[in-house]
Amino acid sequence: MGEKLSNKQGSIMIVGVGGQGTLLASRLIGNILMENGYDVKVSEVHGMSQRGGSVVTYVRYGDQVASPVINRGEADIILAFERLEAARWLSSLKKGGTLIVSDQRIDPMPVIMGAAEYPEGILEAIRAKGVDVISADAIELATQAGSSKAANVVLIGMLSNLMPFSESEWKAVIDRTVPPKFLEINEKAFALGRAIAAR
Amino acid sequence: MKRLMLGNEAVARGLYEAGCRFVSSYPGTPSTEITEFAAKYPEVYAEWAPNEKVAVESAIGASIAGARAFAAMKHVGANVAADPIFTVAYSGVSGGLVIAVADDPGMHSSQNEQDSRHYAEAAKIPMLEPSDSTECRDYAKLAFELSEEYDTPIFLRLVTRIAHSQSIVELQDRADIPMKEYVKNPQKYVMAPANAKRRHPFVEDRLARMAQWAEDCALNRIEWGDRKIGIIASGACYQYAREVMGDRASYLKLGLVFPLPTELIKTFAAGVDKLYVIEELDDVLETHCRKLGIEVTGKSLFPLVDEFSQELVREKLLGELPDAIEFDAPVPVRPPVLCPGCPHRGFFYTAAKLKLTVLGDIGCYTLGSGAPLSAMDTTICMGASISSLHGFNKMKPETKNRTIAVIGDSTFAHSGITGLVNIVYNQSASTVVILDNSITGMTGHQQNPTTGQTLQGDPTYAINLEELCHAVGIKRVRVEDPYNLKAMETILKEELAVDEPSVIIARRPCALLKTVKHHPPRVVNRDACKACKVCFKIGCPAITWKDGKSHVDETLCVGCGLCAQVCPFGAIEEGKGA
Repeated sequence: MGEKLSNKQGSIMIVGVGGQGTLLASRLIGNILMENGYDVKVSEVHGMSQRGGSVVTYVRYGDQVASPVINRGEADIILAFERLEAARWLSSLKKGGTLIVSDQRIDPMPVIMGAAEYPEGILEAIRAKGVDVISADAIELATQAGSSKAANVVLIGMLSNLMPFSESEWKAVIDRTVPPKFLEINEKAFALGRAIAAR
Repeated sequence: MKRLMLGNEAVARGLYEAGCRFVSSYPGTPSTEITEFAAKYPEVYAEWAPNEKVAVESAIGASIAGARAFAAMKHVGANVAADPIFTVAYSGVSGGLVIAVADDPGMHSSQNEQDSRHYAEAAKIPMLEPSDSTECRDYAKLAFELSEEYDTPIFLRLVTRIAHSQSIVELQDRADIPMKEYVKNPQKYVMAPANAKRRHPFVEDRLARMAQWAEDCALNRIEWGDRKIGIIASGACYQYAREVMGDRASYLKLGLVFPLPTELIKTFAAGVDKLYVIEELDDVLETHCRKLGIEVTGKSLFPLVDEFSQELVREKLLGELPDAIEFDAPVPVRPPVLCPGCPHRGFFYTAAKLKLTVLGDIGCYTLGSGAPLSAMDTTICMGASISSLHGFNKMKPETKNRTIAVIGDSTFAHSGITGLVNIVYNQSASTVVILDNSITGMTGHQQNPTTGQTLQGDPTYAINLEELCHAVGIKRVRVEDPYNLKAMETILKEELAVDEPSVIIARRPCALLKTVKHHPPRVVNRDACKACKVCFKIGCPAITWKDGKSHVDETLCVGCGLCAQVCPFGAIEEGKGA
């Protein structure tokens, strides 16, 4: 499977801020895995965490998946929609795992209020720990594609390089998952993301 | 056809395939989506009830009428519905009756961590607990058959990690289950003492028969692996144990968590060297084993609190800790907050400014308790704001002119009305604020009796809150937009000053509703901004600090203009296109 992910089993974690579209991302990954014959579990938390709080979604696949969640040191890949969330969930990453991150900052309320500081140099600090970090400004690329809301699909494009599915398979799953009127934007967003990580 | 389905969606699929005809629920995380997905099947009548008690009673009526019927709720909803639940256990059913209760270990979105298995035991109602989406579908279907065969309601217990996890389900067809004939049978359905006395022995006998069935039913199974370690578990805990131990342990996987088998457990215990019970929250399985005289390790090793995980199981059973990469600097928490443009923000700003004591309730507006608004003193349960304000004011009348209750429109319809009746009946000069945002917000936009739409979005009668308050005897009812800060402040002062009950309806629809028009993002005039940070007091996530001045994040701002109202220097201007 790809360069990074085992074709036997894997754990992908999607982290971000409530409202960023992490659920669509997990559905796309879950669906492409199921269609390729894997057992899949996707775990998400709804409710309170949607209101601008920290959100996390787990995708696990293999011959037979037991637990739907990913704990510390277990994720092959973390797909982070925001830098601080990448730092928050870094401990979930397996040694030798990959962090794909949108180079974006969203201040949480304690930072806005001046009660806490947003750490500087998050991605540099993570790289210094030997983590393979792939980063891009997914919002900027999504805006190029036609809507900043498609940042989730830009990140899926970045992830797609580490998985063994063809561009047409990804396009097919995007076709089936996103509403038709946003299809063109999402296809562009996917292509821009896929181009990034391939460098 | 195979589908990746949320546990809740799979329960809804099970209802459909089982020929269920009637669904009534009140939304509550993590149970909400069951009813939303059920409503997508035209063959199933589905509705939002005003509360869980009404939902269960409606489902009881549908069952007695002869239909397979269902109600879903979160764990605390079962407290509201407990009254009918305990007695329908006696009367039994005609059409199958299934009640889903979704627990929230870890309290992702709840005010307590109660374990619903106690309800099964206390009400003497059998309880099934699935461990993935396929089991959610299968158990929902089986529950209807058991309900009709044993003449009992059946509980379907979920936890957040099963309800909100997707796994693969192979779809099946809907069964054609005809309505049963209605036959008047007061000995069975009129639970007056004489009849109930005859039904109670039936209930005990039914449980004994189900306990016998539990011994060899397909729901409970032994999976032999290495026999040095034996694990008894159900639901999500079974999956965590499987994840860690694989074939290095043997399992007794329980799908029927009440009543529990006896001989099956003894057989399993005798077949392993060391026996563990892994169960989230309370020691229900463990206590059962101990009553049988079986030596078992459970809560001496595993906590009574919080959600479990494979990491916890690995640490407790194998003593292995994760090899994790840690981020060195402190990572600020990111608590959920009121959304940009949220109508509640305007109200809580005013309440905080007037330094009011605020008895709160359950909903998005509970977030008004967080900094910087910090405008809430209590939150207990649905409806408690109004009732506890009455008690508070009766005992502390000297502070009644600075004490209020706040409750949302949906929560008011759920269980606020009776509290208001009490205020009128027993005359406390209390001021109740209904935060009417025209939707049930926190659970993700469900309709309710005040919104004028059904679960399916069809038009229906909208209960008029003003008329309702008048009808129960509130003479002073005021309506104001919470974003009109000056007017709201004046009204609050006036109503708190009077010596009689009053209601203020703070009315503005949720900013996330599709029908709400957003305005262009606000812009800070950097020359006019004096960096006083007054705009930070409203706690809007769209307002940030940039190069020594306030800044509005244009990707988050919906142009509500609340910040402009509080800025003493008029530095926050309307955006382009306004």
